[in-house]
Amino acid sequence: MSATLRAPLGRRSFLKLATLAGGGLVLGYYVRPSGMAQVVKPDVEKTDGLFIPNAFLRIAADGSVTVYSPRPEVGQGIKTSLPMIIAEELGADWRRVEVVSAPLDAAFGPQFAGGSMSTPMSYTAMRQVGAAARTMLVEAAAQTWGVPANECVAGEGAVRHAPSGRSLKFGDLVAKASALPVPAEGSVVLKDPKDFTLLGKRIGGVDNPRVVTGQPLFGIDQKRPGMVHAVYEKSPVWGARPLSANLDHVKALPGVVDAFAIDRTVPEGQLTGLVPGVAIVATSTWAAFSARNELKVTWKEGRLPNSSWDDFARQARELARAPAGSPGVSEDRRDGDVDKAFAGAAHVLEAAYAYPFISHTNLEPQNCLVHVQGDRAEIWAPTQNPDGARKLAAQVLGFAPENVKVNITRIGGGFGRRLDSDPVAEAAAISQRLGVPVKLLWDRANDLQHDHYRPGGFHFLKGAVDPQGALSAWRSHHVSFGSNMGADEYPARFVPNFALLSSTLDNGVPQGPWRAPGSCTYAWVICSFLDELAHAAGRDPVKFNLALLGEGDMVPGTGPRGRPYNAARMRSVLREVAEKSGWGKTLPRGRGMGLGYFFSHQGYIAEVAEVTVTPAGELRVDRVVAAVDVGSQIVNLSGAENQVQGSVTDGLNAAWRQELDIKQGRVVQSNFHEYPMLRIADAPRSIEIHFVKSDYPPTGLGEPALPPLAPAVCNAIFAATGKRVRQLPISRTDLSWS
Amino acid sequence: MSTFTLQVNGRSHEVDAAPETPLLWVLRDNLDLVGTKFGCGIGQCAACTVHLDGTPARACLTPVSAVGSAKVTTIEGLSPDGQHPLQRAWCELDVAQCGYCQPGQLMSAAALLAHNPSPSDADIDEAMAGNLCRCATYFRIRAGIHRAAELLAAGRETRA
Ligand code: FES
Ligand code: FES
Repeated sequence: MSATLRAPLGRRSFLKLATLAGGGLVLGYYVRPSGMAQVVKPDVEKTDGLFIPNAFLRIAADGSVTVYSPRPEVGQGIKTSLPMIIAEELGADWRRVEVVSAPLDAAFGPQFAGGSMSTPMSYTAMRQVGAAARTMLVEAAAQTWGVPANECVAGEGAVRHAPSGRSLKFGDLVAKASALPVPAEGSVVLKDPKDFTLLGKRIGGVDNPRVVTGQPLFGIDQKRPGMVHAVYEKSPVWGARPLSANLDHVKALPGVVDAFAIDRTVPEGQLTGLVPGVAIVATSTWAAFSARNELKVTWKEGRLPNSSWDDFARQARELARAPAGSPGVSEDRRDGDVDKAFAGAAHVLEAAYAYPFISHTNLEPQNCLVHVQGDRAEIWAPTQNPDGARKLAAQVLGFAPENVKVNITRIGGGFGRRLDSDPVAEAAAISQRLGVPVKLLWDRANDLQHDHYRPGGFHFLKGAVDPQGALSAWRSHHVSFGSNMGADEYPARFVPNFALLSSTLDNGVPQGPWRAPGSCTYAWVICSFLDELAHAAGRDPVKFNLALLGEGDMVPGTGPRGRPYNAARMRSVLREVAEKSGWGKTLPRGRGMGLGYFFSHQGYIAEVAEVTVTPAGELRVDRVVAAVDVGSQIVNLSGAENQVQGSVTDGLNAAWRQELDIKQGRVVQSNFHEYPMLRIADAPRSIEIHFVKSDYPPTGLGEPALPPLAPAVCNAIFAATGKRVRQLPISRTDLSWS
Repeated sequence: MSTFTLQVNGRSHEVDAAPETPLLWVLRDNLDLVGTKFGCGIGQCAACTVHLDGTPARACLTPVSAVGSAKVTTIEGLSPDGQHPLQRAWCELDVAQCGYCQPGQLMSAAALLAHNPSPSDADIDEAMAGNLCRCATYFRIRAGIHRAAELLAAGRETRA
């Protein structure tokens, strides 16, 4: 991709920006919402004489460089990696770069953190921001020396003129560069990646020194003068409304400032915004928590007060038995003739796979600080979706979105949960009533019982292998809680005879994106069943899957919303992981290797797990090897490895023991004692990561390394014990052997 | 409400709080020491770990009235300058992801190293068993503790 400057800053507006910044060199580029290559002029006229730093970059006369990092930091490392891209193109000395979190402002373009989209959306735009500034600094130096700009090179915070050996520090060029016009459209030249000196290195997170000394970085740490503390009690049965509560008693408790019911749903009819409940406001967190223990509410129960997991499972089995064409069963894809293929197959297998609802369990419980004053509000929120938070708060408050200011804090875990803004809506409604800053905090029970869960699901599969040992037919019926597999879900397009059926259960359970939505569970179902078929055919799973991927390169998507699948990239990570893991080596009974691979969030990733299962059935994951293709360039090697290590371990965390039970329209579990999370002793000791570079634009790593882990482990368990795990969590299957 | 005098990070503080108030909320709400984190409130995650006279304790389960004259150390007081070997190792190895659990991890690890300067993997498993990391940075936490042990040993050699 080449750089294009769509609407370069005119000289006048650029000078104005520079003046507002107090003499530093300021570049503000509005990155178009598409987030792609275009960089356009920031709207500086709208600042009403106040400088709102809507610029990514500020260079001071002392040579210090300040970079505004636009996207929320949830632990994915974006606060460090996006500024690295700017600094690389700028030629800054990374040690002189200070990174500041940007507030929500249109000048920064898209600011959400989700879908592993930050890197693909911002990579080129961030390069352009840095390159445009570098071009101006180089020009300023060239003019100073009276030499051609193309003889000058920027690097380590200075511009050098190689022929004469002269050099000028960025700080010394600030005044002259500020007076230059911004480079014309198309004139900015991006660096040749082979000249990169920063990207691809291991760089520590910019906030590490503050994290390890306990500085107030997170949403839960924010404070304002006159702030009060709030809790918000909702019915454990989803969709219920408060009919009455002992508010007078609660209001008389020590430290309680106010207690009141909120009987609104915003947006109307949705479970993931503001829903009815009872607010308690107090002078301290503990006073609010203690008062809640005495709160008694009578609820008008919701639409499905008796729903239960067991009943969902029973309905799913009935749907699976219904003949094709029955009500409630839709056919989402049909290729070839599956029935004929089953009839002529060498091996036919049927299996039912199921996985439960699980929670995001961000370690920082949901919280938000809001101060509503008159017709304006200011928010401090650990949100992955600051613009969504602003819009929801505005809707709750009846304000125009412009009247709501959002400050983005560091986030104690996202995983998709904080794309939804329900705690923001609650805090806004409470602060509006009191007119003072309100810090709302959920406890762990609120968090587990009012999550927007990763949906459970049921998959009924039938597959066939032909006499040549190739997968010849695949029939899948997905019974879901609302979101079904897409018609292009693997192995669609790779099997000549393919049928995909789907059904949806009426449920009323709030759901939301959970790290690698869809893929995080589909990969387990698909790769596990492929492993079953490979073994049924007596074929090595790596060879079987390589053959399935065929010889082609890019397989086009089906229909306008179809997803192309690059089979060549997948084959290359499969081969890499097989080689690096020592695939095929002989292991004693009780030990085994398993393969998982999946295309998710634009990344092609294959993983091999090596496990030990004791005769008593105790599982240990000894080693995981990952081969990862996320394009041509790793931005921050330390951050990228951290994401793969974390995704692998989190994938095990989710698959091994996590399970929420639903009874009587609510989640049964209330805290970690009932919801076992992975601890250090069970984390894999060895995680080897091999990045396979390809000729494609760089993509994100917050999610795609998670999906292959669960099937890799379960397939390894089969290799070790002969026991097939068809239900998650793994802990539900007796793995003992003799 | 009662008044308590607490020794926190080498300084004496007077706080007014209900006697059963967990030390966690006194630190966070009354003393503005928000490095100590809330994760579960029932002793299951160890995000709230502090030292009482050098011994790790869950601040969410410690009523302020039970602290007495014990010396409380929080993450803010782990070292005067952020240069405890564990803090240095954590930065060097880029351990944190979201970072929310890390103050608790560091306080548990600091207590381990204080009595066992060169812990084995099994020692680490035992000492760190209470600390959840939702981002699952366990791989680097283990490496970080081993690295801090090296830094500690190197520091002792330099002084010797
Ligand atoms: S908050 Fe104290 S152990 Fe979780
Ligand atoms: S780093 Fe996020 S919880 Fe540990």
